[in-house]
Amino acid sequence: MTEAAPQTLEGLLGAALGPMALSMVRSRDEVVVEIGRTNIREACRRAKLDPSLDVDYLRCLSGVDYPDRFEVVYHLYSTRKRHRVVFKVRLPKENPTVDSVTQVWRGANWHEREATDMFGIRFTGHPDPRTLLLMEGQEDHPLLKSFRLAELRKTY
Amino acid sequence: MIEPKLQTVDMMLNMGPQHPATHGLFRMVLTVDGERIVDCQPHLGYLHRGVEKLSENLPYEHVLTLLDRSDYVCAFNNEWPYVIALEKLMGVSVPERAEYIRIIMAELNRIANHMLFYGSFGADAGALTPFLYAFREREYIQSVFEAVSGARMMHNYFRVGGVREDVPPDFERRMAELIPKLRRGIEECDELLSRNEVLIARTRGVGIISAEDAMDYGMSGPSLRASGPAIDLRKTEPYSVYDQFDFDIPVGQRGDTYDRYILRIEEMRQSLRIVEQALEKMPAGRIRARVPRIVRPRPGEAYARCENPRGDFGVYVVAMGGDRAYRMKVRSPAFCNLMALPHLLRGSYVADVVLILGSLDICLGEVDR
Repeated sequence: MTEAAPQTLEGLLGAALGPMALSMVRSRDEVVVEIGRTNIREACRRAKLDPSLDVDYLRCLSGVDYPDRFEVVYHLYSTRKRHRVVFKVRLPKENPTVDSVTQVWRGANWHEREATDMFGIRFTGHPDPRTLLLMEGQEDHPLLKSFRLAELRKTY
Repeated sequence: MIEPKLQTVDMMLNMGPQHPATHGLFRMVLTVDGERIVDCQPHLGYLHRGVEKLSENLPYEHVLTLLDRSDYVCAFNNEWPYVIALEKLMGVSVPERAEYIRIIMAELNRIANHMLFYGSFGADAGALTPFLYAFREREYIQSVFEAVSGARMMHNYFRVGGVREDVPPDFERRMAELIPKLRRGIEECDELLSRNEVLIARTRGVGIISAEDAMDYGMSGPSLRASGPAIDLRKTEPYSVYDQFDFDIPVGQRGDTYDRYILRIEEMRQSLRIVEQALEKMPAGRIRARVPRIVRPRPGEAYARCENPRGDFGVYVVAMGGDRAYRMKVRSPAFCNLMALPHLLRGSYVADVVLILGSLDICLGEVDR
């Protein structure tokens, strides 16, 4: 890649997102940006529509249950610019609600439904927030750390 | 001739979860108006086995076996991104011989997977003979898998830093016998089905998705490439030593069911090219980097992705010290491809449903995890 690249990915992200980016860190081959909870849909929209970022591909949307917070992690990719961006949103435990980004990428649909099933994270504005992988009417959220599997007896 | 006062009502047609053509335990509730599909509601989760939850409770090495079984057809390809993610976390670099062995196994697995796709696609269309031809080719490949890893399907062969053990001493001889057989087999399979006019009539122009819609849904693999974008992780985000190989990425033009089918036939030929080059270039040396016996990555996160036969398979690992993962998320290509199913089915006929679903080449084990 010897074409003139005047700005780094961090610079482009900083210019497009402005104060919405709470922190930015380069981790190996991707740039991890923490986005404020109320700004995630706008941040994703800007990442997709900004011609220098051109993030047209939502690769993965995961929920993570940390002791003090939930995190929703968006692994994003630009197929034309070939750069990788990771957005992270922190959610408080007592109210794990965040805007849905299905309006930006339709491919967020089932990932968000899965995060709702597994963690109880609610995505406002989701077109179809039904259970995806669990049984209908199942109230448990299995991937929470508080949901314990039956004890595995250690034999090794 | 429809009488002016005739009232019609959309009918709800349930397909699955027990159904021979849904490629696993999968339920679709179709709303049909006569023969036309108005809407489709997919219902997943019948094969959800809690891989992600189990991975938080089992040591890292044990989780590898879960990934073997999530997409049970592409076992080698599933193990790969997981070990790459752990290698990123531990800062381990893989010896060259191990990379070549990994590539040979992954590409043979791609041929095996596409053969299964070919056989079941023919069966979906009503052609039952290609299924037997496809499985004959798979048997040849699975004998090699058994010789190398000890198992025909659930290999448990890749390790952090390389592979579990070296290839057997008669590997060169086995491959020298296998490659011409596969070459002949691929051509035979192509000849048997690809220019059959019934198949073409049933699949040309059926289930079209545009490139923008496919990207928006997060589709990947041959299902995406059939619509035009030449996105193959082996070329666009090369991993391992794929940048040292000479191969082409077949790309479709119309994004219909036939393109998705014929692309996979061509991919088999390209995989065979890669396998031949890898056998020529494979160096001697270690097959595994020096790694501690119990895998304990430093705290951190890593996301690794590989080009699975079905598409972009990714593994996101969050490590907080210790011998088990804090969180492992599996990005399954079949899951993302299946999201586009309602889009593909709306407007098509009931008779097309099975072929459109088959052309996406899903594996419910991977969709549900």
